[in-house]
Amino acid sequence: MKENKSFRDYEHFVGRIWMLTGLVLLLAVPASIGVVYSAWPPLAWILKGLLGVVPIYWTIAVIEVLTYVPMLGTGGSYLGFFTGNLTSLKVPCALNAMEAAKAEPGTEEGEVISTIAIGVSALVTTAVIAAGVLLLSQIRDFIESPLLQPAFDNILPALFGPLAVVYVSKNWKIAAAPLIFMIVLFICVPALASSVGVLVPVGAGIAIGAARLLYKKGLV
Amino acid sequence: MSRIFDPNNAFMYGVVAVIILFVISMSVRFIAMAWKRAKKLGISSAVLRKTAVSAAIFTIAPAVSILLGVIALSKSLGFPLPWLRLSVIGALTYEAPAAASAASAIGYDLSRLILDPEVFASIAWVMTLGIIPGMILVPVFGKKIENGLIRLRARDARWGQLFMTALFLGMISAFLGMVFATVTEGLTGWIPFFVMTAAAGLMCLCAVFVKVLKWKWMEDYALPISMLGGMALSLPITNLVNTLL
Repeated sequence: MKENKSFRDYEHFVGRIWMLTGLVLLLAVPASIGVVYSAWPPLAWILKGLLGVVPIYWTIAVIEVLTYVPMLGTGGSYLGFFTGNLTSLKVPCALNAMEAAKAEPGTEEGEVISTIAIGVSALVTTAVIAAGVLLLSQIRDFIESPLLQPAFDNILPALFGPLAVVYVSKNWKIAAAPLIFMIVLFICVPALASSVGVLVPVGAGIAIGAARLLYKKGLV
Repeated sequence: MSRIFDPNNAFMYGVVAVIILFVISMSVRFIAMAWKRAKKLGISSAVLRKTAVSAAIFTIAPAVSILLGVIALSKSLGFPLPWLRLSVIGALTYEAPAAASAASAIGYDLSRLILDPEVFASIAWVMTLGIIPGMILVPVFGKKIENGLIRLRARDARWGQLFMTALFLGMISAFLGMVFATVTEGLTGWIPFFVMTAAAGLMCLCAVFVKVLKWKWMEDYALPISMLGGMALSLPITNLVNTLL
């Protein structure tokens, strides 16, 4: 237990250094464009642009941290939040890896498996994008062909269908309430599809409430 | 405004190279740290290798989708900036609207290549600052969130386990619900549901192979197989639906 705590502390120490270095590097990108090209846009331009995205994105960021940090563990969280594409790639990838390795999320075993899965996923994503950009002239017609479009339009249904089989089938009593709520909500208000991230904690809240109720009644 | 800026210039590619190298180094560092710890915890190398291979296979299709996002944004921002943005923090669902918001705030749109350095820099600032909180919140609050979870587990291990399960189910429910957002649009709107059902069916088929035929290896690759299979089946499903209309 003590060793576990000290490893987590060490991971936080290492994670903070990498994250803060990464933060400085990312801020240096627009700053370096400014320095090299003397391109310093008026502050009003940036603020007007931010006004369109900050209210939603910053809210989603808070929600994602609260929801995904417990799932991904220490190392997985630092890596996942820096390399991005959390919902459509890193979180399902980590969940699948923990399930396959029979490691429980929130435990140290789950934590190391999640970190390895997210790290490999980040490396493969980097390699695929790099190869794609470098070989673009050869592959562009193929990957942008209308024939393949439905496949890329349906990544999320193709991903969450199998995940549902794994998790919902094992915990259908807990899953029923949030699932029914979400299906009815999206049918009634389809426009919410564009802000599904905001609804993740709503689903989680309903699932936690249902789980608590069933647990208290001894039904799970 | 008379200066011309090429978003595909060597300097921008140099900037991307630095960030990509950082992403690779960070990933390798964390993998090495977790691998070493896993060995100490008694997790076998075979399990760790399977985890890595399965994660790699699982990632390919979504990564190609991210590449499509890079290509889409490259029409207005060149390749380096979208490449950089979609390799770190962001996702297309964030980056494209952030770029569009920044451009429209200045009276531009993303239909043509941005050649004005100030406009380009403004878009780069908005894309960077728009999604930066996650990078600050994890170092600041990550440990507190984890400690809360540890306390919860220490008080009641079973409830701690159920709490985690409920968190997953909440996330999965939201995305499963989203699949139904288009069903009121007619038969075409049911395509995501059909694809989800087909991919779920493939997952069940994998489970049958694992349990009945004892294909143990399939257990580790069932999700990538089902996801890729579902994506592949979306092509005949879409064609079938279109012929029925």
